[in-house]
Amino acid sequence: MFRYILRRLLQMVLAFFGTTLIVYALMFAGQGDPIQALAGERPVTPAQRAYLTEKYHLDATGVGGFFYRYFDYVKSLLQGDLGQSLTGRQIGDILQAAWPVTLKLALIALAVAIIFGVSAGVVAGIRRASIFDNSTLVLTLLVLGIPTIVLAPIAQYFLGVKWQLFPPTAGSQPTFYALLLPGIVLGSLSLATALRLTRTSVAENLRADYVRTARSKGLVKRRIVTVHVLRNSLIPVVTFLGVELGNLMSGAIITEGVFNIPGVGFNLFRGIRTEDGPLVVGIVSVLVVVYLVSNLVVDVLYAVLDPRIRYE
Amino acid sequence: MTHATVEPTPASATPDGGHLLELKDLHVEFRTNEGVAQVINGVSYHLDAGETLAVLGESGSGKSVTAQAIMGILDTPPAFVRSGQILYRGQDLLTASEEQRRQVRGKEIAMIFQDALSALNPVFPVGWQIGETLRQRSGMSRGDARRRAVELMDLVKIPGAAKRIGDYPHQFSGGMRQRVMIAMALALDPKVLIADEPTTALDVTVQAQIMDLLADLRRDLNMAMILITHDLGVVAGVADRIAVMYAGRIVEHADVRALYKAPAHPYTKGLLESIPRMDVRGQELSTIKGLPPNLMRIPSGCPFHPRCPYVQQVCVDVVPHDLVLGDGRTSACHFAQEVRDDSAR
Repeated sequence: MFRYILRRLLQMVLAFFGTTLIVYALMFAGQGDPIQALAGERPVTPAQRAYLTEKYHLDATGVGGFFYRYFDYVKSLLQGDLGQSLTGRQIGDILQAAWPVTLKLALIALAVAIIFGVSAGVVAGIRRASIFDNSTLVLTLLVLGIPTIVLAPIAQYFLGVKWQLFPPTAGSQPTFYALLLPGIVLGSLSLATALRLTRTSVAENLRADYVRTARSKGLVKRRIVTVHVLRNSLIPVVTFLGVELGNLMSGAIITEGVFNIPGVGFNLFRGIRTEDGPLVVGIVSVLVVVYLVSNLVVDVLYAVLDPRIRYE
Repeated sequence: MTHATVEPTPASATPDGGHLLELKDLHVEFRTNEGVAQVINGVSYHLDAGETLAVLGESGSGKSVTAQAIMGILDTPPAFVRSGQILYRGQDLLTASEEQRRQVRGKEIAMIFQDALSALNPVFPVGWQIGETLRQRSGMSRGDARRRAVELMDLVKIPGAAKRIGDYPHQFSGGMRQRVMIAMALALDPKVLIADEPTTALDVTVQAQIMDLLADLRRDLNMAMILITHDLGVVAGVADRIAVMYAGRIVEHADVRALYKAPAHPYTKGLLESIPRMDVRGQELSTIKGLPPNLMRIPSGCPFHPRCPYVQQVCVDVVPHDLVLGDGRTSACHFAQEVRDDSAR
């Protein structure tokens, strides 16, 4: 297990450099004059231009120059300095403000998926072909069929504006209550997937041979379901939820956009729209790390849950 | 019509009360979307304390379903017990409450299954799984259950039991896994052990070891055993009596020696003749022609008649009763005596 984790960490280093390199290249490839982009509409004096050219090594041209600048960037990145966005703010500060909001939103969404998705999935799996099972099937298909970009404004309009059950937008310092509706909207997709996955897994495991063995041992039904069947059924579900948390942490561009939540996705979207190269690359670099770490955690968790998995 | 000279057995031929376990005219059907399959059609057999009954038959003959009906672990739906009685110490299990049946499972009647890899839970250590029965059923503490689990694993001759108690099922070889399964079944000192094809998934050499172990344990622990198998070779050294099943019926029921010497049902005769013999060289192996019947459309009369070399018009028209052939032998064939006399020759 230790060697497995070590190998995965080394793979993560490669993946990190690969992804940041690609994002860095894509973001700056299309730019004409980065110094003018930094200054915006204001004129740039020759002295300023010379200083910035010196500072960012813009005089080095071609592929060599590109890598020169990339390694410059990575060097400061590894020292914990994400650099400045084109608006002059420290990207580290932006993320520090945005991340707690996105994390809260992600945890609400995940809680919704676990509490409703997994438990309804267990019930549906046990009562296969019942009314409950069939109605959850229809509902989940409906949710899976509606894109967030449709679902979020509908929820916002009816629950937020028309019936005023929730605040329609979150604002700059969102409370838990303000994040609840966006969290549910964001979590509904994970909920539907988790429900289908749990349902299938439970139904399949209930038919497994080891359940027959557990019955022949004279165990009570409750124990057979809650210990033997659930322990096996939840292996794929936990794996899915782990990956899903990684996805949710990387921000929900649409949901955060619709509900005006100042999270990571919101800032990323703004960076893309305003062609703020340093901001986009900075956020994506951190997202890559978050995603890689969460995937590693899921893989280790998988091995812990299922002893048949051997990573040596 | 010579078959008329043999008298049919009345349904209540076996005396009540005497047997440890007794099945009476059991009927089980599977209700599926395609239709209703009559899987068990009037099976009756009995088991006395300390004896071994082998239930023999090919796949789909209903031998495993009968065992699961005894345990009360049939999957309902699709399986439904339509009628009959399963008497354990004179009490009908089929009319008992689910809680009473649960108490019987494991403690009175225990069962081991064909494929120990899938029959054991993959995510729990074997010691935990053996101990679970003790903790849940006898209220043993964790430590006691663990110690007893090691003893049980020693009993079934798993080398280094104390060290292997924390291992998972997939870390054992096929034979060792089946031993774990046996240890688990023995945890509560059952009076009856049902072994459902315990050696089918194993290598031939390991098969013999497991059969020897089962025979030894049965004798040492004074259990009664129902050994379900399709392998005639496995039966000979272990069983006292044999019940041969075909299409959900017991077609022949006899003492092992008597049955091997002279089978009295064409199906049993066919089975015995299909075993390769060391002493006859260069002879083509005989087979039973045709396939077992579709249980949704069981043939009229004797269900074996489409495949039977002795077939007559009466076989197509009349369902044969169990015919008593003396010394507790029965055969559900209109021509049982002819078949036996043929076989004895």
